[in-house]
Amino acid sequence: MNFEEYAAKPILAAAGINVPKGILAHDPDAAADAVATLGPVVVKAQVPTGKRGKAGGIQLAQTADEARTHAANILGMTIATHVVEKVWVEELSDIAREFYAAVLNDPTTKSPVVMFSTEGGMDIEEIAVDTPEKLRKAPVDIRKGFDIAAARALVDGEALDDANEAIAETLVKLYEAYRANDAELLEINPLVLTGAGGVIALDCKFSLDDSGIKRQQEIAPNGTPDKLTELETRGEDLGIKYIELEGDVAVLANGAGLTMTTMDVVRHHGGNPANFCEIGGEAYTKATDGVKMVLDKPGVKSLVVNFCGAFARCDVMMEGFLTAWEELKPEIPVFFSIAGTGDLVAIKMLKDRMGVDPLPDMDAACKAAVDAAKGGAS
Amino acid sequence: MKIVRREHRVLVQGITGKQGTFWTEHMQAYGTKIVGGVNPKKAGTEHCGVPVYGSAKDAMEGGGFDATVMFIPALGVKAAAMDAIEAGAKTVVCLTEHIPVQDVMYFMAAAKEHGTTVIGPNTAGSATIDECFLGFMPVFNDRIFKKGNVGVMSRSGSLATLMCQNIVSAGYGQTAFLGIGGDPVLGTTTRDAIEALDSFEGTEVIVMVGEIGGSMEEDAAEYVATMDKPVVAFIAGGAAPPGKKMGHAGAIVMGDKGTYASKKKALEAAGVNVLATPSHVGDALKEAFGAIKQASRGVP
Repeated sequence: MNFEEYAAKPILAAAGINVPKGILAHDPDAAADAVATLGPVVVKAQVPTGKRGKAGGIQLAQTADEARTHAANILGMTIATHVVEKVWVEELSDIAREFYAAVLNDPTTKSPVVMFSTEGGMDIEEIAVDTPEKLRKAPVDIRKGFDIAAARALVDGEALDDANEAIAETLVKLYEAYRANDAELLEINPLVLTGAGGVIALDCKFSLDDSGIKRQQEIAPNGTPDKLTELETRGEDLGIKYIELEGDVAVLANGAGLTMTTMDVVRHHGGNPANFCEIGGEAYTKATDGVKMVLDKPGVKSLVVNFCGAFARCDVMMEGFLTAWEELKPEIPVFFSIAGTGDLVAIKMLKDRMGVDPLPDMDAACKAAVDAAKGGAS
Repeated sequence: MKIVRREHRVLVQGITGKQGTFWTEHMQAYGTKIVGGVNPKKAGTEHCGVPVYGSAKDAMEGGGFDATVMFIPALGVKAAAMDAIEAGAKTVVCLTEHIPVQDVMYFMAAAKEHGTTVIGPNTAGSATIDECFLGFMPVFNDRIFKKGNVGVMSRSGSLATLMCQNIVSAGYGQTAFLGIGGDPVLGTTTRDAIEALDSFEGTEVIVMVGEIGGSMEEDAAEYVATMDKPVVAFIAGGAAPPGKKMGHAGAIVMGDKGTYASKKKALEAAGVNVLATPSHVGDALKEAFGAIKQASRGVP
């Protein structure tokens, strides 16, 4: 889960990193009022995405009137599919130099990596491609942590205008904040060296590990969850992973890999999946809810049910499916592929209660569902 | 890494729970040498016919063990894994989904230091056909798993089950199966699994079941390019929209990273037959075994 700047900066402040003063404004007047206490300000769109500056979502204001005008322009603006609903109005900082600092989970080294670059303000992807020699990285043994000696070593030899020690201290605090908050990414870009020689975090990106949310209840409510459709919200409440898509062939399967593959095979046969809906793992007893969800999407023309039991038992999933089907009595054509733990029992249940057999494999089931959705013979 | 065999002594952490009990019984029936379980609250008792210890450390001092399989809730895994690693486990199979990644990296660091192989997290486990299995793959179903010459690895348990059924229905069988898991940070990578299967006795062809996200398939392609054995692959998620986690935390396309196209390209460049759908695996194996037979007859 991503945190917007206004919600991410307090994480840094709590770790002792300096951040500029600011006020969250939901309307232009509130942005204008902020100038009275903060002086000249920067008005910054709050959306859970980068490239806000390039999109015109960050503007300088010397006066209250300017702040009001900028806020009025920015609020309601769309930045990478996100509509701006609030702005962070922040005191101006005296920027001498801009650096880049981050800590993230690295699948390659299987450890946290602390990163630093003198090329602040740019996208990390651009730094990594354009000037990889300027991106310094330190993998960390998470059991031992990242101490001041390690931080000094990371910035050693960089000409940081006598701020090497202050930057090293900031990196240590950044790592501590990353650890304390189950971050998958905690990034300061730019990390600013002020004219007076201070070090401040001018922006902050914080992404909380979804698996850490349970034990981060204090900060979790400040995050910005992915925008979900009504059906996706329903799935989340039910503990079923559901992603709504554009197509008309509904998909119900167990396990992430199998569900993705069912979508792929529907696409392979010229159809368009209406959803990703996975009732595997711990959710395998929730087939009834799953069936109702996939059928409730408007415009669904056929359904492919693909069960391949391992941990999830086909017979349990089939019982759930049949319960929903007998209750809803839907008109749409449905095609089955069934294999794995509990498959023979599930196939017999299907025969006894719906009078149908599964198709020989998932290709056949997906193809039949695609043909049915197109109105052809199945 | 070494694949767990029938002679290896296996501990079950969380043996007394519902799933722990259910799958321990299945593992025992198949031939897995279960030597004990762990539940601190039931230490000193017996469950599924084996002693229950207070910790993996106690189990090591008690009768000893080689590998452990954990049926432990997400927030308890770090402590359980550290217990097993510090006790001297050679292999730790971590089935649990939704473990905080920082916890995973913590016990991975310890595993590296102790020379412990971690399989998972978020996996259905591993199996050596007609010998033993650890986790919850339906190895005992002979329409899905049958002794043969195909080594199979997968990031997904459900998809591997389907693939294995297709392999058996096409008239082939498996040597061993390695489920590496659907998380972004994994103890055993695609490359590690393929290397292990490549050197596993009896394996003649390898089936790789990958998915979008990360760069493990691309990394594995470097090794595959050096192999003599044919490799057949299916990569799930070609139809997935970018920026969404497709059920697995590791299955997400970010920008141009982790895409289906990038994986397919890298694998094909390494000589891998990348399947359009899992149903094509039978034909691909026929072709692969045909080529091996011709080569052994000295036909170019």
